[in-house]
Amino acid sequence: MRLTADLALALRLLARDWRAGELTLVAVAVVVAVASVTTVGFFADRVQQALTRQANQLLGADLVISGDRPLDRDYAGEAAKRSLTVARMLRFPSMASGGGQNVLAEIKVVTAGYPLRGDLRIADQLHGTDRKATEIPQPGTVWVDERLLSRLGVAVGDRITIGVSQLPIAQVITQEPDSAIGFINAGPRVLLNDVDIAATGLIQVGSRVRYRLLVSGEPQEIASYRAWVTPKLGAGQRVESIEDARPEIRSALERAEKFLSLAALLSVVLAAVAIALAARRFLQRHLDACAIMRCHGASQRRLVTLYLTQFVALGATASLAGCLAGFLAQHALALWLGTLVTVELPEPGLMPALHGVVAGMALLLGFALPPVVALAKVPTLRVLRRDIGAPSGMGWLGYGLGIAVIAALILWKAGDPKLGGLVFAGFAGAMLVAGAVAWGVIALLSRLGGSGVSWRFGIANLRRRRLASVLQVVALGIGVMALLTLTIIRSELLDLWQRSLPPDAPNRFIVNIQPDQVPALQKFFAGRNMAMPELHPMVRARLLKINEREVSPADYADDRARRLVDREFNLSWATKMQKDNRIVAGNWWPADTPKREQFSMEDGIAKNLGVKIGDRLTFDAAGSTFSAEVTSLRKVDWDSFNVNFFVVAPPGLIERYPASYVSSFHLPPGNIELLNALVKTFPNLLLIDVAQVLTQVQTMITQVSRAVQFVFLFTLMAGLVVLYAAIASTQDERLYQATIMRTLGASRGQLARANLAEFAMIGVLAGLIAAAGANALGYVIASRIINVEYAFSLALWGIGIGCSLLGVIVAGHLGTRWVLKVAPLRVLRMLS
Amino acid sequence: MVQVANLGKQVTTGDSALTILEGVSFEVQAGEAVAVVGASGSGKSTLLGLLAGLDTPTSGSVHISGEDLFALDEDGRAALRARLLGFVFQSFNLLPAMTALENVMLPLELAGARGAAAEAKALLERVGLAARLDHYPKQLSGGEQQRVAIARAFATKPSLLLADEPTGNLDAATGAAIIDLMFELNRERGTTLVLVTHDLELSRRCGRALRLAGGVLQA
Repeated sequence: MRLTADLALALRLLARDWRAGELTLVAVAVVVAVASVTTVGFFADRVQQALTRQANQLLGADLVISGDRPLDRDYAGEAAKRSLTVARMLRFPSMASGGGQNVLAEIKVVTAGYPLRGDLRIADQLHGTDRKATEIPQPGTVWVDERLLSRLGVAVGDRITIGVSQLPIAQVITQEPDSAIGFINAGPRVLLNDVDIAATGLIQVGSRVRYRLLVSGEPQEIASYRAWVTPKLGAGQRVESIEDARPEIRSALERAEKFLSLAALLSVVLAAVAIALAARRFLQRHLDACAIMRCHGASQRRLVTLYLTQFVALGATASLAGCLAGFLAQHALALWLGTLVTVELPEPGLMPALHGVVAGMALLLGFALPPVVALAKVPTLRVLRRDIGAPSGMGWLGYGLGIAVIAALILWKAGDPKLGGLVFAGFAGAMLVAGAVAWGVIALLSRLGGSGVSWRFGIANLRRRRLASVLQVVALGIGVMALLTLTIIRSELLDLWQRSLPPDAPNRFIVNIQPDQVPALQKFFAGRNMAMPELHPMVRARLLKINEREVSPADYADDRARRLVDREFNLSWATKMQKDNRIVAGNWWPADTPKREQFSMEDGIAKNLGVKIGDRLTFDAAGSTFSAEVTSLRKVDWDSFNVNFFVVAPPGLIERYPASYVSSFHLPPGNIELLNALVKTFPNLLLIDVAQVLTQVQTMITQVSRAVQFVFLFTLMAGLVVLYAAIASTQDERLYQATIMRTLGASRGQLARANLAEFAMIGVLAGLIAAAGANALGYVIASRIINVEYAFSLALWGIGIGCSLLGVIVAGHLGTRWVLKVAPLRVLRMLS
Repeated sequence: MVQVANLGKQVTTGDSALTILEGVSFEVQAGEAVAVVGASGSGKSTLLGLLAGLDTPTSGSVHISGEDLFALDEDGRAALRARLLGFVFQSFNLLPAMTALENVMLPLELAGARGAAAEAKALLERVGLAARLDHYPKQLSGGEQQRVAIARAFATKPSLLLADEPTGNLDAATGAAIIDLMFELNRERGTTLVLVTHDLELSRRCGRALRLAGGVLQA
């Protein structure tokens, strides 16, 4: 009974406090924090659901066996015996030419029945009405997608050249299963009937072919077939069914979600600062209320219950509002990302909302609980003696709970203690460094003084409310820094990297050169008065053992190492080390009498795989094995765009295995004729356009960083909430000071200028910290990751300082203008 | 109604102990109006705080309606205040986030009384603020604020009303009107009144005056 009555009373008190504006900032801070977390949560949930729901469409079957060598015929035979439906597919990259152009295309070769699941949709012409395909391309024809048509400038009915075959385009593919989920777009698509592949002459040594067997049928039969086939899989072979389809997409998505969630937590940290400030103000403004209520007989416990109920109700409401905001924002995010996500996304589930509410409540209670408990302890004597202030226990220790909550949230989203610890330390470090700088600069400024009453008062304000000022500077500085890094620094780094490439750096790779084509190729270049580009032999082999230990992807936690072990390596042999390589351990073999059985390994991959000098590596090439000791580790300058290899052997070890050649050269701009002739003469060669790859990478980086930018908008918003919370927390003091000053004859203009000076300093400081932080991040990325010389950007300082100065002055003016408007007499009466 | 026996209060500041009240004993009968007078720093407000159980004494006892105030713990004293006491303060102590009506409703709501709004409204009408129910304290004059505080003090029908310099922050005319109001309500409701003041006019209107000097009750 009492409980219900107290609940009702707590809600009434909440309504009164809300109406009086006492809780707006707390609520806004919670809304921003929850919206930031749920935007990421909802969006990731939609993509996850799309993956799960469309898993068999993504596979194009119920089960797929894939490998980089032809699959055992028994696999298909056994499936047929079990009344399962099968289809075969090959995928590989190849040049496609037509309309006087060449393009590196993704060739997909299929047998009848494809796709077993999901829809393949085609149209009679570009942008025509599409329909579901009921068969595969007729022998002697190809189907292509819109990208190929536009890149080559050809139409349905025109012929394109694939390998040595010339095939007419019969249909335009508008939608296909088992293709991109849109994160990374492969090349334009050519769909070919299986009976035509042999005639193209494209399946050769060194071709990067992926063989796939598609299987569909009753779930039980599929399960039993999977159980039969799994133990028979060889190295490099993989089975996927709808439960574990597209592991590469799943893990990329998990990583992206983790990263975005952690980025979102930056807003949560700033929101926590705002909540702490606002809760502190709430405490100060409710000391009297508590004293009065205790006078009227409310016990400590009852006050705790009343205020706690109030905060729980507020937290729940604000969290739900945050979820709603997050829900709307993730729709905006989906639009903002545009073509990055091409699949149709289902509506999100409730789980992310639940996570959001948990985060919001934890945050609010973590930072509001200590003040509430302290509030209930207010001495009742305060009603008679106003000088009795806040009860003790409100110091920094009071924030221990809140900080623990933040740490727990970070740990939860990071998913592992090491990453969580790093992120927590990163956030804390950034705030501490920024805080220390702001503290120091304010101290320096107040020593320097200055001329002009308004300026002196402005500086004095900063100094007097130093903690609030520092918090404002830090919160805004971090918000602006995050955005600067993602916009200006990102594009500058990309520019720097591109400019760091020498103008004559190779811009075309030639892959797949067969040994018998080498003389003809030499003649081709000689005939055009061009130096023959250096050819490098390449043998594909799978790493079997490191010393006596058999390697398998499962041995490695690192994704890159897993991928490396899962695929075939490209090995080469050479007498001399390439110019852009540098030995970091061991020795390169002497040119005259090298020992045959040794390897030189690239330093990075050696670290990934845990290989040291003296380790013995065993490889399998085309069914036979060879092994040798690692005698040197090399650093490779990959930015040179020269052909380089992870593993190189001296002559004599691997020549007997099937090899192809690779080369790179600089094609002078505009020399399309050379390319056309090259493709026409050697149709099996793959010509990779570096510029095009770079453009693709850039597009991807741009799209991904847009997602992060979106999340950091919340960080900026949280920074503004901190600014307001800090202004609000000093409002009574500002009012009092302004009143006294006006009583003593200061004009409104003088007071306004004093405020302007104060906010201008906060803005400049926040901008400085943002620009310095963004520059430092840029420097670290430039020097440690992409190895270019970083030029400290002046524009960045200008933009950073300008934006935050403007933002703070506008927000500060809005937050304090009423202080100047209140009649001094009223203030004096209120304060008496 | 009130029995005070040998009440003393000392506070220690650093090494020295400061005696604020010493050996104070008196009784107040039900329905009586008693003024506590004395110079600033004579211990008036401390005495009032101890009568309300807002602070604890160093020695002595206070019985309210036969109950030993300091035999109760803080929550017990809070419950007793809820049942028996009403307060009027020099600085009004209205809650700025609540309207006049809500300020008066608060003690009723805390007591879980039904019809809090109607009761509070009637009281505000009684103190002449029918037109200001929805105004916030900052929208009211000092005299109006003190009327709200008086209405709040009488809301729970206390047996004992404690007032601490109720006219201290008001001009003479407003103060006189407030005093009239307080005495009217006191009579109407048969409340016992103990008020601290150094307003001689006010103390004269009370049946009896207790004079404090240096923490000691003068004969």
